[in-house]
Amino acid sequence: MISTRGLTRHFKVKRRIVEAVRGLDLEVAEGELVAFLGPNGAGKSTSLRMLTTLLAPTSGEARIAGHDVRADPAAVRRRIGYVGQGNGAGPYFRVRDELVTQGRCYGFDAAESRRRADELLDTMELADLADRPAGTLSGGQRRRLDIALGMVHRPELLFLDEPSSGLDPQNRANLWEHILRLRASGTTVFLTTHYLEEADARAERVVVIDHGRIIADDTARRLKADLAGDHLTVTTDDPVRTARIADRVPLAREVVVDGNEVRLRVPDGSAVLPVLLRALDAATVDVWTAEVRRPTLDDVFLALTGRSLREVAA
Amino acid sequence: MRLVAETGIVFTREVRPTLRNPVGLVFGMAQPVVFLVVFGSLLSGLTWGDGASWQWFVPGTLIMMGLSGTVSAGYLLLAEMSGGSLDRMLVTPVSRAAMLVGRTLKESVLLLAQSTLIIVVVLPFGFRLHLVGALVAMLLLSVVGVGLGAFSCALAVVARKQEPMFYVVQQTLMFPLLMLSGVLLPIDTAPSWMRLLSRLNPLTYVVEAERALFAGDVAGSAVLGGLVSAVAFAVVGVLVGARAMRRVA
Repeated sequence: MISTRGLTRHFKVKRRIVEAVRGLDLEVAEGELVAFLGPNGAGKSTSLRMLTTLLAPTSGEARIAGHDVRADPAAVRRRIGYVGQGNGAGPYFRVRDELVTQGRCYGFDAAESRRRADELLDTMELADLADRPAGTLSGGQRRRLDIALGMVHRPELLFLDEPSSGLDPQNRANLWEHILRLRASGTTVFLTTHYLEEADARAERVVVIDHGRIIADDTARRLKADLAGDHLTVTTDDPVRTARIADRVPLAREVVVDGNEVRLRVPDGSAVLPVLLRALDAATVDVWTAEVRRPTLDDVFLALTGRSLREVAA
Repeated sequence: MRLVAETGIVFTREVRPTLRNPVGLVFGMAQPVVFLVVFGSLLSGLTWGDGASWQWFVPGTLIMMGLSGTVSAGYLLLAEMSGGSLDRMLVTPVSRAAMLVGRTLKESVLLLAQSTLIIVVVLPFGFRLHLVGALVAMLLLSVVGVGLGAFSCALAVVARKQEPMFYVVQQTLMFPLLMLSGVLLPIDTAPSWMRLLSRLNPLTYVVEAERALFAGDVAGSAVLGGLVSAVAFAVVGVLVGARAMRRVA
């Protein structure tokens, strides 16, 4: 559905060349739900704008649903839906009017456009707001309208740029229900996000981008297992001996002592913890607390770049 | 053919909020009328007697309205660029040219409606209406309107990264363009450098054509000059504007 080779985009900013996206190679198959994860300024939106024909690549190529973004942008546009970071509907236009216009833009006749608009007003729970100007809607309502606008022509592939940005948890959950329903109906979904939890919990595949390059691409589970590992934390009366014993645990990494607390990382924490506890017990170390923490995608990002995504995003 | 249909779609979208907001429409329409009646009445007391000042002043007001009205196409485009709704439109298969022309056409049509209203209002004050001339004059006006709107959109695209620049450049261009076209005050008595500049201003020819047309002189050379000037202005405007629109995407 998406196939890029060496996709690159440079910007000229004050006579300096900024390489926003550097040689993106990406394959997305039909029906996948892919999260494009990275800190602000990593090149997520620039990539998305190239894939949706909004921005011409500096070099490289991208084929969307079989059509080249540069050679045949019109064919690409007919097949994709795009929900940008901003508001898709103009503030002074009525909700239903914008949906009808959108249908007309994709070649539906007037009757079909109205029918489709009403259908989407229902599924996206916007029917009561149909005659209101879009600018009077709340954040969550506007986002639902944006998605409705992106779905009017039933695209095979839907791009969403930071769809949940700025929404409260309840609206975010509601938004995801709609995205997952789309996914269930066979639509390929490609979205950018800098919310770790979201990519972790919802996407089947996570593509991590940093400084314009893809640095990881796999399921969240495998990324975490391969790159991060579980965190073990024990507090004891003798942290120095605890650390020495922890060091002897097979595959243990990054053993750190912090006051009475000793932390380490292992591939399979729940299996290692009992072993460690028995060893400490045998050495008559008094264990006060013990904890296994599953890794997050932030740990993955940290392992890959040495930086925390949370710090970069803040 | 597709271009026409797509222009229609964009035009319909643009014009709907205006039609759906009658109060705003009434105020927008009333503004130039109030200006004309107040300013025109002042003038008619000054030099010319009965109605002659209207004959000179109405065409000028229409052009002025054209300038201030159609440039709002750029302002609206700017708002849609920063809000995100233009991006949404740009990802649809609708052509960039249709997006531009549909927008400017809406301003032109509003301008036509306003002009009609103005003419109706000044009739009781002694304005002499030459129907054919007035119709050609309004057609001319809407052609210029498309050109002005398109240039304004092009400016909006260029200035999209620094929005205040849009207003600064627009205001800076607008005032001399107005003064040098002889819209408000006759240019004949101006210093020679101003008269030269005024000859270089395409709007000057349109203003002259408008005055000739409203005086009932449909076949004069002024009309031809205005027509050529207006069409050339509109064509260049649309070309520049369409190129700019392709640059956004």
